[in-house]
Amino acid sequence: MKFKLTFWKAVFAVIMIAGIYSTYVRFFKGLGAVSGMSDKFPWGIWIGFDVLCGVMLAGGAFVVTGAVYLLNIERLHSICRPAVLTAFLGYVLVICGLMFDLGRPWFIWHQLIYMNPHSVMFEVGFCVMFYTTVLALEFSPAVLERFNLTAPIRWIRAALIPLVILGVILSTLHQSSLGTLYLIMPEKLHPFWYTPALPFFFFLSAIAVGLAMTIFESSVSSRAFGRQLELPVIQELGGALWIVLWVVALLRVEDFYHRDQLLAIFRPGYEAYFLWLELLLSLVIPLTLLSFKKVRLSADGLYLSAVVCLLGFVTNRLNISITGLETWAGHHYVPKWTEVSITAMIIAMGFFLFAMAVKFLPIFPEEEEHSAGIPVGTRQSAPLPQRKEAPELINAGD
Amino acid sequence: MSKAILYDATICINCKECEKACAQKNNLPYDDKIASESVQSDHKYTVVLAKNDKYMRRLCQHCEKPACASVCPVGAFRKTADGPVVYDVYKCIGCRYCMVSCAFAVPKYQWGSLNPRVQKCIMCPDNVAAGKPTACASACPTGATKFGDRDDLVREAQDRIRANPANYVNHIYGLKEVGGSSVLLLSGAGADFAGFGLPAGLPEDPLPEYTFRVLSKIPDFVPLWGLVLGGVYWITHRRVEVEAAEGKHGGAR
Repeated sequence: MKFKLTFWKAVFAVIMIAGIYSTYVRFFKGLGAVSGMSDKFPWGIWIGFDVLCGVMLAGGAFVVTGAVYLLNIERLHSICRPAVLTAFLGYVLVICGLMFDLGRPWFIWHQLIYMNPHSVMFEVGFCVMFYTTVLALEFSPAVLERFNLTAPIRWIRAALIPLVILGVILSTLHQSSLGTLYLIMPEKLHPFWYTPALPFFFFLSAIAVGLAMTIFESSVSSRAFGRQLELPVIQELGGALWIVLWVVALLRVEDFYHRDQLLAIFRPGYEAYFLWLELLLSLVIPLTLLSFKKVRLSADGLYLSAVVCLLGFVTNRLNISITGLETWAGHHYVPKWTEVSITAMIIAMGFFLFAMAVKFLPIFPEEEEHSAGIPVGTRQSAPLPQRKEAPELINAGD
Repeated sequence: MSKAILYDATICINCKECEKACAQKNNLPYDDKIASESVQSDHKYTVVLAKNDKYMRRLCQHCEKPACASVCPVGAFRKTADGPVVYDVYKCIGCRYCMVSCAFAVPKYQWGSLNPRVQKCIMCPDNVAAGKPTACASACPTGATKFGDRDDLVREAQDRIRANPANYVNHIYGLKEVGGSSVLLLSGAGADFAGFGLPAGLPEDPLPEYTFRVLSKIPDFVPLWGLVLGGVYWITHRRVEVEAAEGKHGGAR
């Protein structure tokens, strides 16, 4: 295969070089040298984005597998495998991100022997560990098919429903627990964001983002890999997203009302500006867009709504983990470029690994075959990916 | 009997002997430059703050129900029966949740180290276990930092305020804050605690209760949620089976 330099490959290369340099700084100069974190602000974007948003963005798998295997919505079957792949890579990358953020990552296995069941962090850690295993098992038929190993596929198939149920339970637990992490700081987190309902909102936003992320990933995949977009599928996801966003919006308003914040949120101020941005992107704009039937039915409209919604919920989690804590800390946290470049490297790795998986593994159903209704493990032969002429791998980012 | 430290700002003369003794006890450097630093840090567990002619000492509060011990995923922090909240560096993985959760922002980090540890006052647990006062209390020339049984010290603090109400802020800091702590602070009249970075209006509930209210529901929630999900699966698939048996969609399966 001849190597051709394209725009996205160049971007990828620049991100990787910067990331490798920052990795050197992180492990040879220390956390203080590589990041904007300090005693005043001990958690930065590596927790706020890489972990909180990473786990949220990987929520598509439990939503889609739950819908397909438990709610029996067969029409969504074709997106199961890409959604599980996205989530699996997402969790692996969250763990990679933790390796940068933890002060002593070489002791991460202490989690297995020194357990503190009163710690939310312990619960999140265990759920993430188990759920990554579940995702690996749910995804394994794609790898096994590739190598024509039919016997293990049959075992996975037999265990599929319990696995899916386990996956949904584990996701419910740790998605919400990421919100519970912040319940211990009632006096620190700004009242716009501190609510006893944080775990509940984290879980709901994981569902919304799971749907939006699946729309995003289907749309991007169709462009990057030259596949035909399965419009009916993303229309269905868009409809579900619209409903979930309404639920989130109503509950947010109710929550503000019960905590006497309903007027306060309209008073201009540092936190208010970020809250407005978050509410506009996560709820107001997507809900407005999706209320037009034309948007709900069009590929571009759904793509746009999903992207705005994703940005909105990312803003939400960054507000909770950063903006909402700045006033208490009396410190304005600004990440260093090296810190940002490691996050960028992790995201780029995600796109790269996804593209590689699509290239070498049967991720998407073959286009001519009518695949709806065929469970993950049933394809006996290993259908190789269709395209021999792989378009630019890194195009996934456009 | 749980031990405690009582600090009385009205007796303090800002000699910083406590800082020096603390540094010696914990093998930390101490010189004029460090003495002039007015923040707790990875090399300074305790600090005497001066604001005009008012003083205040800052150190780990050693909460009765410490947030740091509750949040640590590997249980590196532990509240001992004697009172001290101690730290086991060999367990620590460096997640820094302790720092984020502490209401007093006490734990500090070795940001420059390649194998960093959390640094905070551990209330000389070896001394306390042996029935001896902490290094800072031993070093204090005026008795402003006093070591003893918590119950006795609470009573003493109340007596001091009652005897001289004009001299004190009428508040024992650490008596009720986040469920109470093993460090009790008295401030001189006119110098409120918030001015020294000690947050006002903290809840009286121990902070760990805020998360445990949610965490404690998990053991009940998991089997229930599993049952619901299994039930949903059974119903949705049963419907298809029935339809197939009735021949409505005979060819579908």
